[in-house]
Amino acid sequence: MTSHIEPFIELENLEKVFTVRRKAAGLFRREKSEVRAVDGISFAVERGEMVGYIGPNGAGKSTTIKMLTGILTPSGGRLRVAGIDPARERTRLAQRIGVVFGQRTTLWWDLPLKDSYRLMHRMYRIPDARFRENLDRCVELLELGELLDVPVRQLSLGQRMRGDIAAALLHDPEVLYLDEPTIGLDVVSKARVREFLSHLNTTQGTTVLLTTHDLTDIEQLCSRVMVIDHGRLMYDGKLSGLHAVGESERLLVVDLERELPPIDVPGARFVRSEGPRQWLAFPATASAAPLVAEVAAAYPLIDLSVREPDIETVIAKMYGGTRDERRESLM
Amino acid sequence: MVAGMWIRSTMTYRASFLITLFTNFCVTFFDFVAILLMFGQVKGLGGFAFAEVALLYGTAGTAFGIADLTMGSLQRMGARVRDGSLDTFLLRPAPLLAQIAGDKFALKRFGRVAQGLVVLIWSLCLLDVAWTPLKVLLLPVAVVSGAVIFGAVMVVGASVLFWIQDAAEVTNSFTYGGNTLLQYPPTIFAQDLVRGVVYVVPLAFVNWLPALYVLDRPAPAGVPEWAAFASPLVAAVLCGVAGLAWRAGVRAYRSTGS
Repeated sequence: MTSHIEPFIELENLEKVFTVRRKAAGLFRREKSEVRAVDGISFAVERGEMVGYIGPNGAGKSTTIKMLTGILTPSGGRLRVAGIDPARERTRLAQRIGVVFGQRTTLWWDLPLKDSYRLMHRMYRIPDARFRENLDRCVELLELGELLDVPVRQLSLGQRMRGDIAAALLHDPEVLYLDEPTIGLDVVSKARVREFLSHLNTTQGTTVLLTTHDLTDIEQLCSRVMVIDHGRLMYDGKLSGLHAVGESERLLVVDLERELPPIDVPGARFVRSEGPRQWLAFPATASAAPLVAEVAAAYPLIDLSVREPDIETVIAKMYGGTRDERRESLM
Repeated sequence: MVAGMWIRSTMTYRASFLITLFTNFCVTFFDFVAILLMFGQVKGLGGFAFAEVALLYGTAGTAFGIADLTMGSLQRMGARVRDGSLDTFLLRPAPLLAQIAGDKFALKRFGRVAQGLVVLIWSLCLLDVAWTPLKVLLLPVAVVSGAVIFGAVMVVGASVLFWIQDAAEVTNSFTYGGNTLLQYPPTIFAQDLVRGVVYVVPLAFVNWLPALYVLDRPAPAGVPEWAAFASPLVAAVLCGVAGLAWRAGVRAYRSTGS
């Protein structure tokens, strides 16, 4: 194997097309249509990288992950993980990867956490010493000690998530895929999960690929981010680079004395209003001072503030660029 | 191993398990009691004596029982395909088929095997057959091949579930239905039906052809006599078909959204 030369994960024009049948007029007539869930994605991930994979619902994130793990067979393109074609050699690959689905547990619902781990131990044929060591480390770092004897169905979402992450790591996977690992978790649980993942990446050198809707996950964990929409890769690079690509705008929030028609000043764009409060957008590269002066001169001002573009807005704009509806409600 | 886990969780309710095992045995046994009662009224069935029908019943029942014990869980796979929980199975380093077969493994299905064996042994005691070494060898080979044939049909049926999740009943008509069919002599059925289970879905190789040879009766539907020994071959071919169908099914798996 030449995996030290090749990237660890490699996608080339990967495609997944679903045929969707929809009921048409008439009892048995059906319309067929194609959905290109993943529409020609190419990227490469090196060993030890920590990559965030983001996009709106239905963008193709989960479908990509499912192809990377061998659950789904690609419709086209080339895919290699650790030199293995996932769909062809699924069981061989399974020994080398760990997967956590935020929405679905891989643990045995009715058994205590401990028994699930014991089953993993045997199923993955993990050497006893490795198993003990890994389990002890996970139990300590994820604070699972008191939960080991509790049946999985009685665990809270945050506890179950930690249990799932531990289960995915017992066999020393070289790469860990996480599909929305922080979905539905409270702030404390999220922080604990992030801390653990960061620790894992630095101490074990495990490659991590995670999808999320929570950009804080990306900001705190990932040096690299990939944005996908409509099955296509929109951006691949550093998080900070997104601002330039996304044509960021800053927001000027203006509080007027009374409700007035939309403010119209050069260099700014009216976004929306709510009673006497109005939102104006202007390019992040421009200065706010002349704009403020102009508004103050022409309108009865009470207060105003400037909002820096947050990454969420930038990404929302990127999504907006590919679809008709604008997503300004996110602001 | 997954099966072991299910056995363990069943065994936590030991009394309940024994009761279900017993009822399972009884329910299938009543099937046979029905035949027994029928023979209280008539002398023969399609020219077959009671002990001969019992032989057909015993061989089909045992073969089907073994197949159901190992592969019976496959028919419940449709739900897993629909709700996407099959994803979890696909992530584990073990063949999917083995995992599904062990999923919700029900030890109670032993009841069916036991009942088939009881009838089989009983019929062998009653029967007045001119045993030759070939016949003695043929019987166990036929039962094992029969189990494999039923199992392969179950796998083919399960493969269809990847495309049509509600197709389990279609498979059941071939497996459970086929089992019931094979428990009676072929002479009582329409010839087209008999031809169908010889040439289309080759269930006749489970017990009809071998058992008729043992009983020194002519094979149905104009099948040559050597076909009685073809069961292992048919089983092997069906396994190949089942393997291909299963692979195609797994590749077509679509999972669910999110």
